Amino acid sequence: MPLLEVTELSKKFGGVHALTMVNLQVEKGEVHALIGPNGAGKTTLFNCISGFYRPERGSAVFKGRDITRTAPHKIPRLGIARTFQNLELFRNATVLDNIMLGRYMHKRASFFSEALFLSKAKNQEVEARRRVEEVIDFLDLQPYRDRVIAQLPFGTQKCVELARALALDPELILLDEPAAGLNSEETRDLCFWIEDIKEDLEITVLLVEHNMRVVNEVADRVTALDFGAVIAHGTPEEVQQHPDVIQAYLGEDDGAAASA
Amino acid sequence: MKFKLKKSYMEDLKLFEYKSDMVGYGVLLVFLFIFPSWAGNYWTYNLTLAGIYCIAALGLNILTGYTGMISLGHAAFFAIGAYTVGYMTTILGHSFWIALPLAGFAAAFVGLSLVLPALRLSGIYLAIVTMGFGFIIDQVILEWPEVTGGANGLLINRPTLGPLSLNSDASYYYVVLVMVILFVLLTKNIVRTSMGRAFVAVRDSEVAAQSMGIPLAKVKTQAFTISGFYAGIAGGLFAPLINFIGPDNFTIIESINLIVMIIVGGLASIHGSIFGAIFITLLSEFIRVGKDALPAFLSQQVGFQGAVYGLIIMLFILFEPMGIYGRYLKIKYLFQVFPLYRKDTFRRERKFQKAQRTR
Repeated sequence: MPLLEVTELSKKFGGVHALTMVNLQVEKGEVHALIGPNGAGKTTLFNCISGFYRPERGSAVFKGRDITRTAPHKIPRLGIARTFQNLELFRNATVLDNIMLGRYMHKRASFFSEALFLSKAKNQEVEARRRVEEVIDFLDLQPYRDRVIAQLPFGTQKCVELARALALDPELILLDEPAAGLNSEETRDLCFWIEDIKEDLEITVLLVEHNMRVVNEVADRVTALDFGAVIAHGTPEEVQQHPDVIQAYLGEDDGAAASA
Repeated sequence: MKFKLKKSYMEDLKLFEYKSDMVGYGVLLVFLFIFPSWAGNYWTYNLTLAGIYCIAALGLNILTGYTGMISLGHAAFFAIGAYTVGYMTTILGHSFWIALPLAGFAAAFVGLSLVLPALRLSGIYLAIVTMGFGFIIDQVILEWPEVTGGANGLLINRPTLGPLSLNSDASYYYVVLVMVILFVLLTKNIVRTSMGRAFVAVRDSEVAAQSMGIPLAKVKTQAFTISGFYAGIAGGLFAPLINFIGPDNFTIIESINLIVMIIVGGLASIHGSIFGAIFITLLSEFIRVGKDALPAFLSQQVGFQGAVYGLIIMLFILFEPMGIYGRYLKIKYLFQVFPLYRKDTFRRERKFQKAQRTR
């Protein structure tokens, strides 16, 4: 059984069919890439999986549980973390506080324990901090720990967002264009991290990405979307050779059309 | 500059990072404890009042500064606290010590019931709803004389503590001082644990907060209820201090007063709430006394105090958006790095703050 199974998912915005009958299977332990031209519905699919949109029909099943109509704040508790295409960080908080928020849903201490700072709340803080430091070490964020997000360069902000998602201890992580806006060095680091997330942390990755070099390097399987429908899936090579994918990116081959 | 080698995560959770902080706060505490003995009744009374506003400002800062929800009706929570104490002690004859926590809980409960319809609102719309709530409570006070004394108001005596009478300004000052210390510690605990971080998360990005597993409705309700509790306790302490409460004490000007305190003091900061409360309390006293020195057309002008507040808010937002606390941090920094401080040291931050305001 796949870890995440999306079946016949459809989402409309007024007259626009953002997603039509999308099927997608993400196996446990793989890195799965979603590609497609702008407006193909990749982010819409992410928003449907993470509970921000309600699809009109179809379902998303995670670990055998239907999550199609689950509220967005309950999704991470089931084990799905996500990042955003346009950064959604807590801009006026420090890097440390941002990542600590990833531990929010793991908190056990009650309101009164926290208000009086009893030992339970204290231990919870230390435990959360210990876990957060592991993530900071993993992504080499040590120099930025006490910096406010708004003062950091874009690449580092993206990295913090990834760290925050990892701090949730998810089983599946959804990365929405993780390499967008990164320079080539940062992109290389990102590729290594995604490999490590898969190999060492054993977290399944579903990512949207336009940078085909990244996709080729990290993805085990690729699904291509165009105008809200799946047009191809398979290994990166297979999908890139697929005539429908080439057509979606490059348009109709006039020569071929004329000779046909 | 001070550097400290930290060897455990526990050290980051300490109340005082450096020994010198502890000495500093210790000196402050001693100063506050001996204050009534040399300052005289007038200043003791004013500092007590400032202390009460500290509690209310801390509560409002949790709501507005940390969670980003604006309340223009906080005087209503203050009034609920004051009238709960007034009703319980003067009309029902219960002890002040039972009435005070009840004042907090009553205001918290009303906050809870107000937040349910207000949950879907934010920004200016929430401000309008809370303002309307303030007017409603104003009317209730006037039209419910069995409980509130109506337009005649209520007389409230200072409480006693066992055999001890707290009738003098100095003795009541200590009651308020202890309460302020307790509430500062409570606020500190709230903002340094996951609860406070969730408030900040909701303020900065609701979408990201949800994707961290933070239930927006619950966190906003929490912020509103806690904030109401603070204002209720502050109101409960306020009533016996001034001995008489009437509808005039809890108008919209009082709500704006609290907003001014946290903006001038510094949003999302405990120090800021305290600086702001003291500054504005002393300022309004200063305006009251100093007005006589001004020409009649100014001092007799209706809304003179409001105009001064408006001017102060404008100046702070333009020149020191982080409030008195921001200035305090800069002065502290100046001493820490002493010969190295340059005029432009904080230019980037200031530019950033100004740019942020358009968002």
